[in-house]
Amino acid sequence: MQKTQSQKIRDFLINNGVIIVMIVLVIYTGMTSKNFFTVNNFLNLFANMSYRLVIALGIAGCVITGGCDLSGGRMIGLGACIAGTLLQKIDYAGKFFPGMNPLPPLVALLVAMLICACFGAVTGWFIAYLSVPPFISTLAMMEIVYGLNMIYTNSTPLGGYTTAYTNFSTGKFLGLSWLIWIALLVAAITWFIFNMTRHGKYMYAIGGNVQAAEVAGVPVKKTLVIIYAKASAFFALAGFMIGAKAGGASVNTGLSYEMEAIAACALGGVSVTGGRGKVSSAFIGVAVLELLKVALQFLGMNANAQFIAIGIVIFIAISLDIRKYVAKK
Amino acid sequence: MAEYKLELKGVCKSFPGVKALDGVNLSVRPGSVHALMGENGAGKSTLMKCLFGIYKMDEGEIYIDGQKVEIRDPDDAMAKGIAMVHQELQPVLARSVGENMYLGRFPVKKIGPLQVIDHKTMYSETSRWLSELGLDYDPKALLSSLSIGQMQMVEIAKAVSHEAKVIIFDEPTSSLSDKEVDFLFKVMNDLRDRGVAMIYISHKMDEIKRISDDITIMRDGTYVGTWSADELTTDQIIAKMVGRELTNIYPEHKHEIGDVIMEVEGLTSIHEKSFRDVSFTLRRGEILGFGGLVGAQRTELMEGIFGIRHLAAGKIRINGKEVSIKHPSDAMDAGLGMITEDRRGNGIVGCLSIKDNVGISVYNKYLKSGFVLDHPAINKVVNDSIDMLSIKTPSMQELIQNLSGGNQQKVIVARWLANNPDILIMDEPTRGIDVGAKHEIYEIMERLAQQGKAIIMISSEMPELLGMADRVCVMCSGRLTGEIHDKADMTQEKVMAYATQF
Repeated sequence: MQKTQSQKIRDFLINNGVIIVMIVLVIYTGMTSKNFFTVNNFLNLFANMSYRLVIALGIAGCVITGGCDLSGGRMIGLGACIAGTLLQKIDYAGKFFPGMNPLPPLVALLVAMLICACFGAVTGWFIAYLSVPPFISTLAMMEIVYGLNMIYTNSTPLGGYTTAYTNFSTGKFLGLSWLIWIALLVAAITWFIFNMTRHGKYMYAIGGNVQAAEVAGVPVKKTLVIIYAKASAFFALAGFMIGAKAGGASVNTGLSYEMEAIAACALGGVSVTGGRGKVSSAFIGVAVLELLKVALQFLGMNANAQFIAIGIVIFIAISLDIRKYVAKK
Repeated sequence: MAEYKLELKGVCKSFPGVKALDGVNLSVRPGSVHALMGENGAGKSTLMKCLFGIYKMDEGEIYIDGQKVEIRDPDDAMAKGIAMVHQELQPVLARSVGENMYLGRFPVKKIGPLQVIDHKTMYSETSRWLSELGLDYDPKALLSSLSIGQMQMVEIAKAVSHEAKVIIFDEPTSSLSDKEVDFLFKVMNDLRDRGVAMIYISHKMDEIKRISDDITIMRDGTYVGTWSADELTTDQIIAKMVGRELTNIYPEHKHEIGDVIMEVEGLTSIHEKSFRDVSFTLRRGEILGFGGLVGAQRTELMEGIFGIRHLAAGKIRINGKEVSIKHPSDAMDAGLGMITEDRRGNGIVGCLSIKDNVGISVYNKYLKSGFVLDHPAINKVVNDSIDMLSIKTPSMQELIQNLSGGNQQKVIVARWLANNPDILIMDEPTRGIDVGAKHEIYEIMERLAQQGKAIIMISSEMPELLGMADRVCVMCSGRLTGEIHDKADMTQEKVMAYATQF
């Protein structure tokens, strides 16, 4: 049976609902406020998207396996604080490690990512080997990481970063901030992992049907541990990026960003029941949320009411999106 | 009174891209069992879902007692006296028998202004209906404590308790043991005497011949015809279902049996009630059948061999060397493959493509520089198996959930062939797939045996077991009770005798 023209149009609208909403919003805002389509506005937007994309890509792996990671926000805080304490100027008055030479930023980043990855691996171990549901397991890790971070930093905000560190935000390459380049690199690496490695295929299979994956010889447990470790490493990287952008960090850095990232994934089409989702899904989701925030600002909406608007968009967008997968009756 | 209790006339239903039903008729007499037959994908389930109000039909009319009615949803169907016993049970395992029976229509009583559930009435009514069917389950027992067969009975009791005049049975026997089937038929005979009209969907010919009064046959969404059950022979039914004469569905045995490839010794499960002390040998080029009743622990034994379940004791030797299998990947390294019984449960990954469903178990064999997937090589393997097994699909990117059961099964076969195992375990390889696809699966098995591969086949369908196997092992209550070597000795009676030793 052939599909009629009107059916095709309707299918197209439903399948691309989120992107269409985004484009309409951007055009409308651009037409009504003259400062919207400016280079600066978009560079700023991209910088805000950069670390959010890294977080979303980290959490996407968990969501695709049918899980989630509530420890994300606190893990970002820990990553930001570890990197921050290692990257303060030597002559800064409130220095955390007085007299210590600041490390090269990439070394500090690596340390933060490794430490967070270890915590992520522990979360993953509980999920994989002891069958603790991801919701609970990551919730537990969230508490632990927050407590450790408060003890580590004495709950004191950090500042006085070296220029080598803050340069990641202010410095540019080909006109784009280093933060944006980092996000693009992470997106490329994630795409590679999702599509070109066994690990990526195993991840989709686990999310689609974990029993079938097990029978087919997939090392389910190992894969899960890697996914949660990788997510936490990404969170640490995001923390590093946020620290560079803000020029400081505290134990509350990154708080509740994991929720926004889960929303972005869902908006972009990562199935929260598992098995489906691409790098582009995370990108689209983050872009929609950020564009929405900026557009609403430009339209002069009350800052508090913006939360309501975001909530409504999530409702509508997911309802449209889920139609693709719900069996038609 | 109208001649027919229920009539469906000219039912049409389309899904995007496919016309699932095209002018189907069905007329069911009161006090009769009406078999609805057809290959998978013939539209039987779709028709029943239209009748039950789960799907909305595009065209067509429904008459009950000669009165034209419209059925909006399942609630409406039940209010009009239609009940359905689903193929896939949907019980609430953590709740009691009574609660499952009265789910959605709990009896209530008033305490002041509050309406509360009247547990006493609910459980006494449940006991009444259960005893009416001759069942002695405790109404307060959790559903999870019952066997699948018992759950099926609860489902039937539920249908009866609706005082339904029309009951639809959608493949109710697919997970029942022979004894449970006998009991089901007894219940159905009682219902027939009470004037209930029953629609019975099944693929099992012997059951159809045993229980049904009338037979309606469908093919590719169209209505083929309705006959009285004693008018048709089994061969005629199959011919009308597939639209061609199927002479012999089992291929000729041409394979040669070689040396011993696997020896299993004293395999015992960690669970007391599961398999224990099972020993057998398997030879190259041999199809070894495993017979037994449902619950004989055959699946559990195979899953134990394949590393899905834990073993308390026992040895597995492959090519004379003892192997330790703790995970399916160990089994695969040892040259084993396994097609599981529950295709949807632990076979396919529904939301992934055919390619990924095949690839998932071989991705670690197709790597460039040790970790990058070699997509062109994998594509070739998948495309070759689509051709070789004649899997009907537009492309290898198609999601496996969009294929018919038979084609899904062939994709799973392709997954294991891509692994090139020496030993392939096939657990109910043709369950729930249509006659044509069954035949193809049998031919694939014969071809593999000719290549010198050893096959273990669990089957609960006696003709299949006897038709395909070179040798039959029979299990009963977790123990191996018999082995039949001689083809001439392989009879249903002999298998049943071994299968019912305890």
